[in-house]
Amino acid sequence: MSERAQLNKNLAQMLKNGVIMDVTNPEQARLAEKAGAVAVMALERVPADLRKQGGVARMSDPGMIKEIMEAVSIPVMAKVRIGHFVEAQILQALGLDYIDESEVLTPTDQENHIDKTAFTIPFVCGARNLGEALRRIGEGASMIRSKGEAGTGNIIEAVSHMRAINNAIKRLTTLSREELMATSRDLAAPLHLVEFVAANGRLPVVNFAAGGIATPADAALMMQLGADGVFVGSGVFKSTNPEKRARAIVLAVTHYNDPVTLLEISKNLGEPMVGINLDLLDKTERLAERGC
Amino acid sequence: MTTIGILALQGGIEEHQAHLNRLGIKHIVAVKKAGQLAACQGLILPGGESTAIGKTLRESPLLQAITGFAKQGKPVWGTCAGLILLAQNISGENNYLGLLQISVCRNGYGRQLDSFKTTAVIPEVSEQPLPLVFIRAPYISQIGPGVKVLLKLNQKIVAVKQKNIIATSFHPELTDDLSFHRYFLELVQTANDQKK
Repeated sequence: MSERAQLNKNLAQMLKNGVIMDVTNPEQARLAEKAGAVAVMALERVPADLRKQGGVARMSDPGMIKEIMEAVSIPVMAKVRIGHFVEAQILQALGLDYIDESEVLTPTDQENHIDKTAFTIPFVCGARNLGEALRRIGEGASMIRSKGEAGTGNIIEAVSHMRAINNAIKRLTTLSREELMATSRDLAAPLHLVEFVAANGRLPVVNFAAGGIATPADAALMMQLGADGVFVGSGVFKSTNPEKRARAIVLAVTHYNDPVTLLEISKNLGEPMVGINLDLLDKTERLAERGC
Repeated sequence: MTTIGILALQGGIEEHQAHLNRLGIKHIVAVKKAGQLAACQGLILPGGESTAIGKTLRESPLLQAITGFAKQGKPVWGTCAGLILLAQNISGENNYLGLLQISVCRNGYGRQLDSFKTTAVIPEVSEQPLPLVFIRAPYISQIGPGVKVLLKLNQKIVAVKQKNIIATSFHPELTDDLSFHRYFLELVQTANDQKK
């Protein structure tokens, strides 16, 4: 691993046990920072609105991202479309801290993701299973997050992705060396990364939960399932009391295995975002299917 | 039996834990509540986001408890965000623990694209050059009379010691080198022996 790749992986390690929040303007960014977010994701529309409004979702206006970078002292992330390496070049030129190559935006390449090793800026990518996670890491991602189903306020997919990744990791540690090549073939993942996971029992980079987290209990659930931290997209600013909810989700990630504290911080938060039942979601509206 | 606490509100907690494990420390407490400090002989404030850790610290009895812990002469070590939490003065914001007589420039080295790795000899810690990793790191712009500089890098102070408190802008827990953790454990041992 190059020194730059190592430093980029290290920044993600410093975000562990923390919450990264979607924000659409400097005011929301400051609220997130004040609530104890470890980073913000700058975007023009949160996933719930992207879903509602439809159309092609692209990288946000760099001018708007810049305003958010100036408003807060914590790291700022922003999304580019899957495979759109020029959007990534633009955000690297902006001096951003982290790029999310995200299925939440409309993909631009049906086959390929960005060659992230060609960049100095770090990337986080979504994954539904171990093979997908290792392919993204193979392309140079410094951080992984579950895809979940963004903008739904429904945690079911994030749970299944986190379980799928961690179960596959556990299984790998029980295999003998001669079984690893066939596993690499079945996962469609680079052999050296399969070997790393088998030897170490974990991914070589940090793994956050994302996609549908709406309550402190959701955040704590993902942490107990083995997430290193959480992303909250629409869950904060689509609720009736974003300030209180943001703070409660931050505290829930710190105290994820302490039900008495979770009880206290879950009280009187106002209405969470209205969720979507995934059975009612058409297959074409499922963002997690994009880029695999 | 030495017990070391790691403040576990947010950040790179497991990395410090792994280094301490490699040095044979079996009792490590992930400190989230003030009551957990009583069992510890030394405390590490890890890297992370100082605003996130500091916010929770300020709202919790832990702030007073850590102050009391340090005033008893028990060793405390802050890395990166931990250094900021210890500082008396922080550029552009209110301090947290204020135990260390330094002024610190938060994100002094810039954003992630400015993060870097280098090596340097820190005579107090080891004769060998140590790998030093700086992630969106702070530096120390001023020090008070009781503060000893452990390392200056290109005119910027990046490691200090004030009696039982040490602070580093960089992250020894993100490298394979154990020297700095060994040095901290020696301070803990010495403080323990003096108490006896």
